[in-house]
Amino acid sequence: MNPALLSRGRLAVWGGCLALAFALPLVLKSGFVISLLCQIGIMVVFSLSYNMLLGQTGLLSFGHAVYYGLGAFATMHLLNAIGKGGGPLTTALLPFAGGLAGLAAGVLLGYVTTRKAGTTFAMITLGIGEMVAACSLMFPAVFGGEGGVSGNRVVGKETVLGFSWGPQVEMYGLIVLWAFACTVAMFALTQTPLGRIANAVRDNPERAEFVGYDTERVRFLMVILSGFFAGIAGGLSALNYEIVTAETLNAHTSGVVLLIAFVGGIGFFYGPIIGAILVTVMQIVIGGMTHAWLLYFGLFFLFMVLVAPGGIASLIAVQRALWQAGLFRRMLPHYLAVALPVLVLLAGLVGLIELGYALLSGDAGVGAGDTATKVLGMQLHLNAPGPWLTALAVTGIGLMLTRWIGGRLGVAWNATLATLHGDKQ
Amino acid sequence: MEFVAISLLNGITYGLLLFMLSSGLTLIFSMMGILNFAHASFYMLGAYFAYQISTWVGFWPGLLVAPLLVGAVGALIERYGLRRAHRFGHVAELLFTFGLAFVVEELVHLIWGKSSVDYKIPVELDGALFTLFGTDFPIYKGFMMLVSVGMLVALYALLTRTRIGLIIQAALTKPDMVEALGHNVPRIFMLVFGGGTALAGLAGVIGGNAFITEPGMAAAVGSIVFVIVVVGGLGSLGGAFIASLLIGCIQTFSVALSISITDVFALVGITLPDGSQVARLTITQLAPVLPYLLMVAILIFRPRGLMGSRES
Repeated sequence: MNPALLSRGRLAVWGGCLALAFALPLVLKSGFVISLLCQIGIMVVFSLSYNMLLGQTGLLSFGHAVYYGLGAFATMHLLNAIGKGGGPLTTALLPFAGGLAGLAAGVLLGYVTTRKAGTTFAMITLGIGEMVAACSLMFPAVFGGEGGVSGNRVVGKETVLGFSWGPQVEMYGLIVLWAFACTVAMFALTQTPLGRIANAVRDNPERAEFVGYDTERVRFLMVILSGFFAGIAGGLSALNYEIVTAETLNAHTSGVVLLIAFVGGIGFFYGPIIGAILVTVMQIVIGGMTHAWLLYFGLFFLFMVLVAPGGIASLIAVQRALWQAGLFRRMLPHYLAVALPVLVLLAGLVGLIELGYALLSGDAGVGAGDTATKVLGMQLHLNAPGPWLTALAVTGIGLMLTRWIGGRLGVAWNATLATLHGDKQ
Repeated sequence: MEFVAISLLNGITYGLLLFMLSSGLTLIFSMMGILNFAHASFYMLGAYFAYQISTWVGFWPGLLVAPLLVGAVGALIERYGLRRAHRFGHVAELLFTFGLAFVVEELVHLIWGKSSVDYKIPVELDGALFTLFGTDFPIYKGFMMLVSVGMLVALYALLTRTRIGLIIQAALTKPDMVEALGHNVPRIFMLVFGGGTALAGLAGVIGGNAFITEPGMAAAVGSIVFVIVVVGGLGSLGGAFIASLLIGCIQTFSVALSISITDVFALVGITLPDGSQVARLTITQLAPVLPYLLMVAILIFRPRGLMGSRES
């Protein structure tokens, strides 16, 4: 094993993250923040498990929610089954059962899906995901039909170390423990021979086969293991929300985890963690402000695909490399210069989209077709051309300025990168 | 007999509509090597454009204009989006179309609202074409068949009988050579993408009022079209044709059959133990799953699809 694996710096980062996760609810005491943190913890495990496929093995899956959802349902049924006979200790261990359910699903479905890689794999997982989602509505006794299955995570009266997992803070502690254990396990997996070979299968399957590895088997193993961790995430979500609906295993959930992992950055282990934090916070904060949240998110995703396909983690990594080479100072003025036109462009676009929403689909409080709305305290008349022209003009100016200053940024960027790589050689 | 005849007609109508979608998808796939996840979104756009045009000037202009508009949108997206994503590889392209499907659905929410719109069959095409075993066969279904078959014949003629069709076919297999001969291959790509999306748009124009025009229609059809492409064999137009008709018929037949799995097994002389939930499911309830089961079966027993020439 690589001796640097347990280096002091790395241990400090892991320990720091754990300490921070436990310290956060002590500082931010509001219930809203704690349930937000719970959601983040679950998504971190889920998106990391997704990245085991996309980032590490190069398998683009459109049906990852199947493992998450099945893990959640298994956990919920077990929770209801142990009912009064169980105790807090068994409750705390239940996500493991969810993981086993995800693992079993991985064995069963992975056998079919992993025969092929690449585009075919993507399509097959899409089909399998749709199949499981359609099946879930056929068996209301297991999946609870439209209403889902609900339960109560507080079982029995006794406690372990004083925890019954009833209060949200205790649940948060449980999620942190599980999320931390899973993250460490998934990181350790990347360092094992299997994790390394998975990378080889991603980069050059032909060569991996020549060396003597069965690529199909490697893909199969990775799907099984990834299903296990997704199942744990599902189990945590079952305990956290105390309800599981058929929605947890449909295509939408699969899509969201893909977006999260990609936006965070699939090329880095910590990328999906960034994605999970960012997207969950954005979802709650921006989603609370506007109904157009999904549209903004979709556009943001398209922007990331076209401009930074490595995700946020890759942007951070490049800046770090620049910083270490002492070149960051050269880029900083350009970053600052481009920030202003981008803000102008964003303001214009947001204005247009919000005006459109207010006029066409009827925002909260404003009926569809209403002619006036309030934005930031300003009374706007939607039928008058004024607000529209302003928004259009702002967008146009922003676009022009962004192209102009962005072009100069691009030139400087390429020059700096050339220097960076030149220094390395 | 009556049931079989009517269901077969309905199945073929639906199958032909599905083929208009899957043919565009197959063409785009075999040319650019990417699966357009947003293909069904263009189908939805076609339906919504046609609805919007029909509220202004009626159905017939929409039949012509809406597919062209969709094709133009598709070509623009290829030029300014996909081509850019292409530099980052296939996964980026796939993700781009995936995000596009997401954005299109949200835009449809934004512009036309979250519930279905009232996109009607034109009055001229309302009514029965002929009566078979006492059941009317609507004119509109005949019209759908006519448009689909006409479109397919035109597509076939374009691909095999014209100069541009020959260049497209050549660019499918040997893009470098075609480029060396002085043809603008990126522009051909843009044309094929626009053409494929226009076909999807046309399917939306004639399918939107036959079924329902709502924001969920893209997701409902999208995964079925992917099943067709896998079952037929990636990149094979003939396979896509057979698979479309097959899936169209499977879906119409299974929706209309209300016998349970126990009955099916009883037909071949096997008595299932009574009482389990699986045994009591009817074929109708199974209908949404059947195409996917077919796909899984194909993948296990014939991984390259019905007519696929290569294993990808």
